[in-house]
This record gives sequence, C-alpha cells and structure tokens, in this order.
Amino acid sequence: MASRIVMSKLSPTMEEGRVLKWVKQEGDPVESGDVVVEVETDKATMEVEAMGSGVLRKILVQEDATVPTGTTLGVVAAEDEDISAILEESRAVAPATVQATASVQGPATMEPSAPVVPSAAPSPAGDGGRLKASPLAKRMADERGIRLEALRGTGPGGRIIKRDIEAAASAGVPAAAATAPVIDYDIPYERVELSQLRKAIARNLIQSLGPIPHFFLTREIDMGEVLKLRGELNESLAESGAKIGVNDIIVKTAAQALSEHPDVNVSFAGDHIRRFTRVDVGIAVAVRDGLITPVLRDAASKGLRQISAESRELIARARNRKLAPEDYQGATFTISNLGMYGIDEFTAVINPPAATILAVGATQEKPVVVDGAVAIRPRMRVTLSCDHRAVDGAMGAEFLATFAEMLENPLRMVL
Amino acid sequence: MAKREGIKDSYDLVVIGAGPGGYVAAIRAAQLGMDVACVESESREGGLGGVCLNWGCIPTKAMLESANLARHIKDGAADHGIRVKGYELDIGAAVTRSRQISDRLTKGVKFLFDKNGVMPIFGRAKLPGGKKLEVQLKGGASSTISASNIIIATGSRPKTFPGFEFDGERVVSSREALEIRKPPGHIVIVGAGSIGMEFADIFNAFGANVTIVEILPQLLPLEDAEIAGVVERSFKKRGIKVKKKTGIKSLEKLDTKLLVTVEGASGEEVIECDTLLMAVGRTPNVEDLGLEAAGVKLDDDGWIAIDELGRTSAEGIYAIGDVAGMPMLAHKASHEGIVAVEQIAGLPTHPLAREDVPSCTYCHPEVASIGRTEGQAKEDGHQVKVGKFPFSANGRALAAGAPDGMVKIVADAQYGEVLGVQMVGHNVTELIAETGLGRALETTVHEIAATVHAHPTLSETVMEAALAALGRPIHI
Repeated sequence: MASRIVMSKLSPTMEEGRVLKWVKQEGDPVESGDVVVEVETDKATMEVEAMGSGVLRKILVQEDATVPTGTTLGVVAAEDEDISAILEESRAVAPATVQATASVQGPATMEPSAPVVPSAAPSPAGDGGRLKASPLAKRMADERGIRLEALRGTGPGGRIIKRDIEAAASAGVPAAAATAPVIDYDIPYERVELSQLRKAIARNLIQSLGPIPHFFLTREIDMGEVLKLRGELNESLAESGAKIGVNDIIVKTAAQALSEHPDVNVSFAGDHIRRFTRVDVGIAVAVRDGLITPVLRDAASKGLRQISAESRELIARARNRKLAPEDYQGATFTISNLGMYGIDEFTAVINPPAATILAVGATQEKPVVVDGAVAIRPRMRVTLSCDHRAVDGAMGAEFLATFAEMLENPLRMVL
Repeated sequence: MAKREGIKDSYDLVVIGAGPGGYVAAIRAAQLGMDVACVESESREGGLGGVCLNWGCIPTKAMLESANLARHIKDGAADHGIRVKGYELDIGAAVTRSRQISDRLTKGVKFLFDKNGVMPIFGRAKLPGGKKLEVQLKGGASSTISASNIIIATGSRPKTFPGFEFDGERVVSSREALEIRKPPGHIVIVGAGSIGMEFADIFNAFGANVTIVEILPQLLPLEDAEIAGVVERSFKKRGIKVKKKTGIKSLEKLDTKLLVTVEGASGEEVIECDTLLMAVGRTPNVEDLGLEAAGVKLDDDGWIAIDELGRTSAEGIYAIGDVAGMPMLAHKASHEGIVAVEQIAGLPTHPLAREDVPSCTYCHPEVASIGRTEGQAKEDGHQVKVGKFPFSANGRALAAGAPDGMVKIVADAQYGEVLGVQMVGHNVTELIAETGLGRALETTVHEIAATVHAHPTLSETVMEAALAALGRPIHI
C-alpha cells in the first residue's frame, strides 16, 4: 500500500516546516524506517522516516519550500502501484498552501520598523492575485488597521481567518502604512501639521501602490563640468593619495540641494510630516546576498574630501558586514547608483523613513544640442522616487532642478 | 481494494462499529487506498448503520413524518378544503413503514461497503493489547486480526436510573419505543431532551395521552429558553402534559398499570400510566472492549479521551462518535471519523469545532441551533446583538400553515460575527445548514444580510434575522 511522507507536527507550536534536503530521490528504493527527507521545524532539523516500503515514487515539495504541517511531501509506493488518487488528493490541497520561502529578506535591516513583515514578498494568502480572507477577518483587519497583505493565513488553502487577525493584533503587525507606527530616529526635525488637503492626498495615494505611494521624476544632466572638476580635484589631491569619485560629488551635491529644499528632506509619519533639519544620505551598496544602505550623516555640512573618505570607509565596512545598526538606519535621503553596471536609467524603491530616493544611471557620451549645434556631451540620467504622501511633483522637480543646476555649474555649490 | 473472500490476518485499518461514525470512517479510508475491515456486533440481518440507521435518527424521522401527516389530517386538512372522514390511526403500520426505510438505508451501507471494498466482519471485537483485535464471530468462531490502526466507534446506549430498569415492554428506551405497534393509553416520558420530545410528538399524534417529566425548568434544556417556550406552547395546545422541575421518585408495576411517583414544586404525585419511556440520556459503550489492556484511557466522565484528531492515549488507536464524548450526534461521529482517517493517512484535515456542530430536534415545531445562545455568548464576554424574525411575518411559513416559529441570530456587536443561531418552526432543521456554512466560512451577519434569498422561502427568515441584528429588518 502506498504511504505518504508528511510534514508532521513535530512540536506543539509547529505550524509549518521547511524541506531541507531529500535524502532519497524519486525512483530510489525505500525501506520502512529509512530516512527519506530532512525537514526544518521552528526549533530543530528533523529526519523524516518512511512509514512503508517501496520506491520513492514522487516528490511533491521541493527543497527549500516551506509548507504547513500535514502537507504531503512525497509518496512511497510499490513500483507499479497506481498512486494517482493520492497525487490528486495532495494536489487538491497542496498548491494553495505550498509556497517557497521568501527568497531574500531584502536588506531587512533597511526597514527598521520593528516587527519585520516581508512586505516585498508576495502575500501567501494573495496567491494568484486574489487575497483570501474570511469576511470576518476582513472586517476585523479593517477596523483594527491591519494589512491583510502582511499576514499569512492559517485557514483552509492559506485563507486568512479570525485567529490570524487575533494573532497579528497581539504580535503587533504594523497597520497600513498610513497609520503605521512611527519610529523615532535620532535625527533632529521639526513637526509640520498636516493640512486637510495633505491628509486627503495621503489617504488616497495609499490605495495606489503598496504602503508608500511612489511617483518618479527623471531628468538628464550634463556631467561635463563635474568630470572636469573631478579631474582637477584629483590632480591637486594626487600627493595626498586621496581620490574624489563622481559619486562623492553626487552625494555632496544632493545634500546641498536638499538643504535648499527642506520640504524634500522629509518623512511621512502618519499624522504629521517630519521635516529633517539635517541631511543624512544613505548610499545603497550591493553586498553578496542583498543590499545595504550605510548612511553618511550630515552630508550637507561636510566637504567633498571628508565625504569621499567616509563613504569609502562605510562601503568597505558594508561589504565586510561590519556595519552597526546605527551605520545603516535612518537616512533622510538615499542614492542608488547603478551607473557602473551600464544602466541608463531606473527607478528605485524608497527606503523608509526617507520620502525620496535618487536612482543614478551611467554617464554616457551622447549627441545633444548645445547653443543650436549638435555636440557630444557626457550625460547622466537620474530618477527621483518620491513618497507622494509627503512630496508632490513640483517639489520634487524643483529639487531636481537645483541638483542638476549644481552639477552642471559646480561653482554654484560654493554660493 | 480489499479482497472480499474472507477475513485476512491484517488490515491497514479496522473500525469497530458500523454506525454513522464507523461506516463513514471505513468508506473514507477505503477511498484513500487503505485495506479496511469494519467489525459490527449487531446480529440483526443487515446490521450495518448503527443506532442511527436502525434505532435512532432515521426510524424516528419516519415516525415523525407519519405523526405530522396525522396531525395535518386531524387539524389542518379541512382548512385546505380537504375534509377527511372516517380515517383511522394505525401506529403499527407507521412502525412497519419506518422499519422499511431503516432496512433500505442499512442495505445502502452494505452496498457502499461493497463498492468501496470495505470488509464487513459480523462479530464482537476486543482489544487484547497492541494493535490487535480478537473478534468473536457471529457464527461462534473467533479470529485474531492485526491492524496498523484501529478506530473505536462503538457508540452509546440508553441509560436509566435504579428502580427504573428497562423491561423492554412497559419500561422502555427509545429502541423499544420504536416498535410499539399499539398506542399506549397513557405514556409518561422522562426527559425532555431531543429524544423525549420527539417521542412525545409521535405518541400524541397517534392518540396516546402523553406526560413529559423534566427535572430542569425548561423543555429542551440545552436550547435557548425562548425557543423552548415556543415548543412548549405548541405541545400544550395539542394536549401534551408538561411537568417541569419535576423528578421521578419511584415506580410501582401493577398488572395493568404503572404507578410513577414524581416530585415537583407542588409536592409528590403519583401518575398512572401504561408505558414509561426513559429518555434521560445515553451512556458510552466502553465495556468489554479491552480498553485497559490496549492502554486506551477514559476521561473523567467515562468517555474515551481523545484529542482533536481522535487520537486516544494508545498509539494507533482512535475513537470517534458517541463513545468519544458529547455531543452524541450522528453528524459529529461521521465528521470525527473522516478527520481520524485523514489524520491516519497523513492528509491535512479539518478538526471538529464542537461549537460548529448543529443540533436538531425534529418534533413539531422543529428546533435547530448552532453555536452559542445569547446567554452563553454574554457569559463568554461578548457584546452581542440579537436579531430575531418571527415565522408569522414570513409568507412561505404562513402558506404552510406554520406561523409558530422564529429565527434568532446572536451576533458579536463589533464585527457581526455569527456567534450562534437558534431556530424553531417548520423545517428549521433544513434552514440551519446555511448558518453552519456561514460559521465555517467566518461569514458575518453583513454577508448573510447581503445574500439574495429566494422569495418566498423560509430561508428569508435567516436573512431578516441577520438584518434585524444590524438594526434594519424590512418585514417587521
């Protein structure tokens, strides 16, 4: 008789388990009592033994997938036995509940919002685009301001039911972003009360795109003057061994432009906006399995040389995983530069608590019209992502204009 | 598929008892590819189906239909323009009809066993310890069978009090009462639970004098008091005598009469009757099973102790249905049987939520309920809103000549969760299913109220009660 390999409930608290490794492969002979698969529970790694003998006919749950207890992981049966009924039955229950573990938790550290909810990972209950939740659960979540998308349902087929809402409420899962708990960063700010219009904008936009309603502004900037400046600076610094990079100039320029546009150096905090009185620039750094954003504090008041030295040091520590939380939490603005990968332009996802992030593309030689004639110029495209609850199009555009103007006329920065 | 040529030495699963818990478990297990046998001790021809099909749910429903028809002819037919003269009541014929229906269904179980390859074994099973069964076969021989898993589904039997022992003729249980072919002049029914109430209805309709004696202050003590009140008024109108808060003291058997001494608020009283039906509860069949040898423990109340998946204290041994605790209802047994088998098969299953088991009484008017009553919900700490709708405001109920009834929904005041539903009236045992599905899906009164219910139907009363819970009923 066919027997199932099942994700058993191995401890009272266990609700799901992860398939670590299939010790037997499909087609391997299996004796009753043989270890067939290793699974990881909430507490330990366990070996699952076959309950019957035969051949491992079918592996239903692949390695690394996390499934609820009770899920059939595989089927052991005689070589010629008809297992279609079992497969049918398992299929009927499995697909809705089986789902791979959320691949990379992103730079979880970038989201200091206390209880980590992988908002980027697709909601299990939202399988197939439709959020599965009971009417009662929806009503309770709505009233308590809990985001259903952030929850994992434990009802049939991964449906979110009453007990999931109650568990989430007691675990303190963050509510919809509009009312999300505001985390205090050690950045000085002044409190700006929300106007009715601002409240309405916040309410409406939250419906559009995730917890932070993004919009994007792209602008092309002539980098000729910056490249020239960098050359001159590095020449004069040659003896000291210091070296200024284009990115350092971008960081400095952005910080400078932000201090001229404090309305963009902000964070949306639910019932008010925090207009930061210091510019802390996060620099997105790709690391081996993700992304981290060390923060260059008070960048507007620092000179290029200091910015260059500090960012070099931060990036090195980021790559070596030597950053402390205070090194990467709480940027008021972030710069993500993919120019070195030859990316022309892209959009970046805002890194809370900041309300903006600048995506920087590659600087490339392009024919452009200068004074009525075609000239070959080094051009760079940047895209500013804005949290529309706090920053409107014109505000962002004005900041970008200042930023571009400063890069195109670096002397402007001295003013 | 199991081979049917004879009893094998071992099975994947042996189920003890072929009642609504056991036979359903056996069929489900066979569907899942297990080699299954089901041991049944009932020696009567056919024998499958347990108390439910043979001596409980089904034959009583057949008798209640006969009773209902009798009542329509007596009280209602003339209103419909049908004047019936010279009709006779023959409870014996009604009993014959009820037996035919039982037989048909028990044969149906046999057919399902054959179709699914379940091996029926007629005999008495005992657990000698370990995963083994000794079966004393019907013919006298005995057989030892080993099983990877065992499900105990031995059910329950009527109980009585000392001094009121069943004699099978005059002091009877529900079982013998189903074969009374001559209506008693006066029958005293002790216990106003579902069983007592249904027999009161049957014997009243067939012309007997009926007295119900209940120790508690209301009929149907497990139901909502207001609902029980509707039934009590209806019963009294039909001439059924009701003695509440009354206990039984002693019984004297004379040649032609029974003298039952009862004691109520107004002191002792002797009631003279022909038949005494003891409907004071049921006791689990846990004796002579070898439970101790097998390591199967009982709970403090004498039922086999199980967890939510039916597992007993002995590995590989499960218990379901009446033998494994309250409520003693066929549909609860069937559900537990499926859960236990799916657990054995390693499938994800749906453990029984006892508060989601509907309870039905099929006397007239019918009573059905699920979940918590208003009082219980308040005790649980809920702020409740109760929505009520009377059958007297429902067109279909009036057309059926059944204005006595109501639907009561107890909803959580904040979210509208359906905490419980109580119903009394024509065909409410069919109406309760909607609210059971509603509870299983965590539907609130908002969705019930927003669901289009066909007009004219009794089901509109459920929608209206939901609307009433929201403070906006249309038709009252």
